[in-house]
Amino acid sequence: MPKVTIDGRTFDAPAGRTIIDIAAQNGIEIPHFCWHPKLTPAGNCRMCLVEVEKMPKLAIACMTTVADGMVVQTASEKVLNARHAVMEFLLINHPLDCPICDEAGECKLQDYAYKYSIGESRFEEDKVHKPKRVELGPNVLLDVERCIMCSRCVRFSDEIAHQPVLTFTQRGTHVVLTTFPDTQLDNRYSMNVIELCPVGALTSRDFRFKARVWEMSSTDSVCTGCARGCNTNVWVRNNEILRLTPRHNEEVNSYWMCDDGRLKTFKHVNAAERLSAPLVRKEGQLMETGWDEAIAKAVSELRLFRKNEIAALGSGFSSNEDNYLLQKFFRETVGTRLVDLVEHVVEGDQDDLLIRADKTPNTTGAREVGVRPGPAGEDLASILQGVRDGSIKALYVLEDDIAADPAVREVLGNLELLIVHAHQRNATTEFADIVFAASTFAERNGTFVNFQRHVQRFRPAVATQEQDRALDGFNMSRWDKFAAHNDRWGRGSRRDARPSWRILAALAVVYGVKYRYQTAEDVFREITERVPTFKGMSYLAVGSRGRTLAAAGTTAPAPVA
Amino acid sequence: MSSNDKMIRTKDLTFLEKIYLPEIVKGLFLTVRQMFKPKVTVQYPEERFEPPAQFRGRPVLVHENGVERCVACGLCSRVCPALAIEVQAAETPLDKERYPEKFEINMIRCIFCGFCEEVCPEEAIIMSNEYLLVFQSQEEAVFGKDKLLKSAEEMRPRLEFLRDHR
Repeated sequence: MPKVTIDGRTFDAPAGRTIIDIAAQNGIEIPHFCWHPKLTPAGNCRMCLVEVEKMPKLAIACMTTVADGMVVQTASEKVLNARHAVMEFLLINHPLDCPICDEAGECKLQDYAYKYSIGESRFEEDKVHKPKRVELGPNVLLDVERCIMCSRCVRFSDEIAHQPVLTFTQRGTHVVLTTFPDTQLDNRYSMNVIELCPVGALTSRDFRFKARVWEMSSTDSVCTGCARGCNTNVWVRNNEILRLTPRHNEEVNSYWMCDDGRLKTFKHVNAAERLSAPLVRKEGQLMETGWDEAIAKAVSELRLFRKNEIAALGSGFSSNEDNYLLQKFFRETVGTRLVDLVEHVVEGDQDDLLIRADKTPNTTGAREVGVRPGPAGEDLASILQGVRDGSIKALYVLEDDIAADPAVREVLGNLELLIVHAHQRNATTEFADIVFAASTFAERNGTFVNFQRHVQRFRPAVATQEQDRALDGFNMSRWDKFAAHNDRWGRGSRRDARPSWRILAALAVVYGVKYRYQTAEDVFREITERVPTFKGMSYLAVGSRGRTLAAAGTTAPAPVA
Repeated sequence: MSSNDKMIRTKDLTFLEKIYLPEIVKGLFLTVRQMFKPKVTVQYPEERFEPPAQFRGRPVLVHENGVERCVACGLCSRVCPALAIEVQAAETPLDKERYPEKFEINMIRCIFCGFCEEVCPEEAIIMSNEYLLVFQSQEEAVFGKDKLLKSAEEMRPRLEFLRDHR
């Protein structure tokens, strides 16, 4: 194996790798703007200049492949001088508008200006003015003045999104990023250029000016838009989700996520129409009621039916913990064999990068923990048939708007009892007799299993009434830490919603069976004991990267990633 | 320090100190001298103290022809040690791109330190010469844009002071 020495430390360097690659892998930071591990190197920002022994001039670390015996200095005086010069050139025409720039706080140029720049400019002339607020596409806005021409967005569109519509025109200081005539940046991954952009040139039209970066807390989570389960960060201020950004996980989504996941999977959490309490139907109207009353009523109503008249539907939108307790409660406590779920597959809406046809984050997990047709083939079709012909009189549905499907909607009227867990009123709650206000993925702990059978954890980022940001270990912003009860900016609405597993456990207790779960982790622990493919897992082991389930039918513990 | 180490004055008073009178005269002299100096007492509340430009009264937002200078960057909010300021930005078609949709200062939290004024890149939030703050409820103490906005002409003394001393 060839060896390379960087800053006095010697590393193995497989042929063909670049200096910046080897350095990054070994924790040596070489400043860079245009280089990105997933894009072809462009070598145009000149920020990664390093000194290589026996080379007459400084070399760019992102394009110089390593050779055996190479000796590299990343912080010699010559290198530092070159960096200062590069920063000075980049800042000549960069506007001094950090106070109004959305990128401020997570800006590479800003960080490097502190770290690697001499801190003053010798440029006294007027800065070049270029177009601002250019609409590159439906989701991305461009400020050309801020652009440093690193070409990351151009390369992303060409190489990853396969929509080559971005290019540079003009020369020198007048270079302008633009789309080709009659095209726009409207691919389904377009918003990834916003994070890729090392400065604030590309901004999100959805998030624009909503908040400063340092005002929000950021929590590791998982996207619920499809079965890929992209790893995300949930950004919250005043108990309201303001944006989702992708979190790097090479096994699942690399650095990317799709625009649908980014824009459409969190708005319902903030919605004003969220249920604020459980609902019980009285004289034809759904009325708000207390939790104890709703739970007692649900149990007494369920008791009116024989066990083969009751069916339960899990949900691909609910966590493994929820689905597991649902099937446990109905199979073991109530005694029905009719447990399945409604799948949400959009045929053909799938691609090679991330998007999956299965539009739920957890159907795989729900099936794995037991929400699947019974031994005699009691599946969804037979449940719906039973509802239609009147042999099934009571139905219990986890977080899923099953009535959105006209075929299901048509039979729901036949039911004598429909109990639903929901986030807000929807087509299904129109038929429901009892509605439990369930908390969303952003308000609780839990796990999903993606289509690759990868178990992934999500954590609470938004507090419900039963939670406390500090006591329950939420990630907190400075605002969260210091808000008093009478500060308006600390009083974002908190819903009276509960995780589905907790509601089911409460039902079981009233039913007369002791379900002793204090936390979602307790439920997960039982899953690992009773579902062979989960054996050996724990929340700690799943961590922020996730772990892959053992292959179906085996009981071998999953290999440690 | 233990009780044994107490400081004890060992020197006795001199004769002049013992008779006490010279010290009385000294004190009277000071009092009489003050009687011939100009009066500084203000008959509050009939008369009001007009603070000079360097006085740090309650913070205000400066507007020019009805347009606030503020670009809602949130730096005042970040620097505020008492977390008194809440800003919500929004987009405007004007050149400055953003403006504060909401700008609230909780005057119960405010400690009049002037950090917000110091950090403001637009000279948009400045300390005024107003020191009369009365509220009857906590809600009333939260000043919105309606109470905070003051025209640049009105605030000229402070703005000129800042130009000269910064």
